Amino acid sequence: MLKINNLHVYYGGIHALKGISLEVPENKIITLIGANGAGKSTTLRAISRLVSASEGEIIFNNEDISKLKTTEVVKRGITLVPEGRRVFPDLTVLENLKLGAYLRNDKKAIKDDINHVYEFFPRLKEREWQLAGTLSGGEQQMLAIGRALMSKPKLLMMDEPSLGLAPLIVQDVFEIIKMIHQEGMTILLIEQNAMAALKIADYGYVLETGTITLEGTGQELLNNEQVKKAYLGE
Amino acid sequence: MKRKIITSLIIIGIVIVILILLQNTLGNFKLRILNLAGIYVIFAVSMNLINGFTGQLALGHAGFIAVGAYTYTLLVMDSDLKSMNFFLEPIVPFLSSVHWPFLPAVIMGGLLAGLAGLLIGAPVLRLRGDYLAIATLGFGEIIRTVFTNTQSITNGSLGLKAIPMPKSFLFIEMKNAFTWWVWTAVIITVIFHFLLVSSSYGRALKAIREDEKAAEAMGVNIFKHKVWAMVISSFFAGIGGALLASLMTTIDPLMFRFTLTFNILLIVVLGGMGSISGSVISAVVVTILMEWLRFLDQGFMGLPEIPGLRMVVFSTLLLLVVLFYPRGLMGNEELSWNKITKMFQRFHMQPREVRK
Repeated sequence: MLKINNLHVYYGGIHALKGISLEVPENKIITLIGANGAGKSTTLRAISRLVSASEGEIIFNNEDISKLKTTEVVKRGITLVPEGRRVFPDLTVLENLKLGAYLRNDKKAIKDDINHVYEFFPRLKEREWQLAGTLSGGEQQMLAIGRALMSKPKLLMMDEPSLGLAPLIVQDVFEIIKMIHQEGMTILLIEQNAMAALKIADYGYVLETGTITLEGTGQELLNNEQVKKAYLGE
Repeated sequence: MKRKIITSLIIIGIVIVILILLQNTLGNFKLRILNLAGIYVIFAVSMNLINGFTGQLALGHAGFIAVGAYTYTLLVMDSDLKSMNFFLEPIVPFLSSVHWPFLPAVIMGGLLAGLAGLLIGAPVLRLRGDYLAIATLGFGEIIRTVFTNTQSITNGSLGLKAIPMPKSFLFIEMKNAFTWWVWTAVIITVIFHFLLVSSSYGRALKAIREDEKAAEAMGVNIFKHKVWAMVISSFFAGIGGALLASLMTTIDPLMFRFTLTFNILLIVVLGGMGSISGSVISAVVVTILMEWLRFLDQGFMGLPEIPGLRMVVFSTLLLLVVLFYPRGLMGNEELSWNKITKMFQRFHMQPREVRK
């Protein structure tokens, strides 16, 4: 579904991604793990065209999207749940969800999808008219995911959904990711919480200072000595 | 939704009834203040769109108002008036014989101001925050300076005098036709902005204000939205400018200094950034206060005449409001029937709570 070949990204003078290649097949959860500054977020930002790649191609459903605008990328069906949730704090929960559907015109389907999101997250339904800034961290993460789902993506990219959440809530978030996946969503997940991410992932990549050093199925990586040492704390 | 339409119709009805009452009872001077208040409502609401809802601190409003005012004036004057005004340097030939009726001239004023908004907004809206403020402020001043120096078009610093006022409203001749024009424009402006900010387009503008990067990730084309907000904002500023020219009957470039922008910004901040009803209330109150407080300048209660005391008192009031209502009168909420009834309920509830 999504294929990245030899992607290079520069941030100012820093060579953040040094030619990475990866593949996201349909209906799979793919995870990208790595330490701070390894280039995980940069990869996602490059895919959704929030930063420009200097070299390489990003192929989504047989189309090179590496020169498109962000709006176009979202239209093609790739949506990013940004790092740190980034809900719109002074807008209500409902308004946030409606913004997720900004590029869609089918009013009735949008309504159905809002209800669908509420089925996923009953807490959001309760807080429909509350300002998003007044939600707790976990609820904001749910809203951020719900907002992204509202754009009806084919590929959902999540940037550290467990960031700054209590361990119990982190579990919830991963449950939700599994549920969304079971509905047939393709997911590209970035996590520092390598253990949890690899457990639910079909396939994983390990990113180190801008290059992919290891790859394998979730289980393989969980059992890999190197990964254990560096990311799982054993 | 139906209820909303009904309440809006009721509000419009109330405004019209009040207007009929006012224009029959008020003297010329007070009627003039009423008109000025209406014009300031248009200025404030349009500025709120770009500053309050989109969150872009753009301070070029005076420039767009000037474009509207001059366009209107040059279109609406007949050739006799023009030759009377342009006595130092004759007006350029293609403008000398133009003579448009009131309404098309006002709309043209808005359109040209919108065009100016597009031309300035397109390069400048790539900036953010303070930089945007400074750049737009500069462009506003540039417009004014250009008008000062294009003597054969704008009559330069001599200004234009004896601008005619409309004598009829929608082809019906009446005494206070101008008041009707102004307040029709106010109603249209307010309704348009209400519909705009509650549409999905308006939500996108608010999203840009809240978090630009997140809005972009949702597929909102940031730049296009900012420019459109700027164009719409300057269009209405131009409409207001045209009405202002008609009210003042004389304009010159000095009227459109950046102090005008700041007066409007003050109204917007007082009313609440991101609240249309706040802007409306605050524009009316500030315009009336500015006139009513004039008695302070003329010496009162034994005080000698101190010109400018009015502004001191006004600044103090402003300080108090900013201290106690830092988000302005309305914050980013709108006045609604629900809120008004709730407020009355609260007053109603209080005695009962005390008894407990």
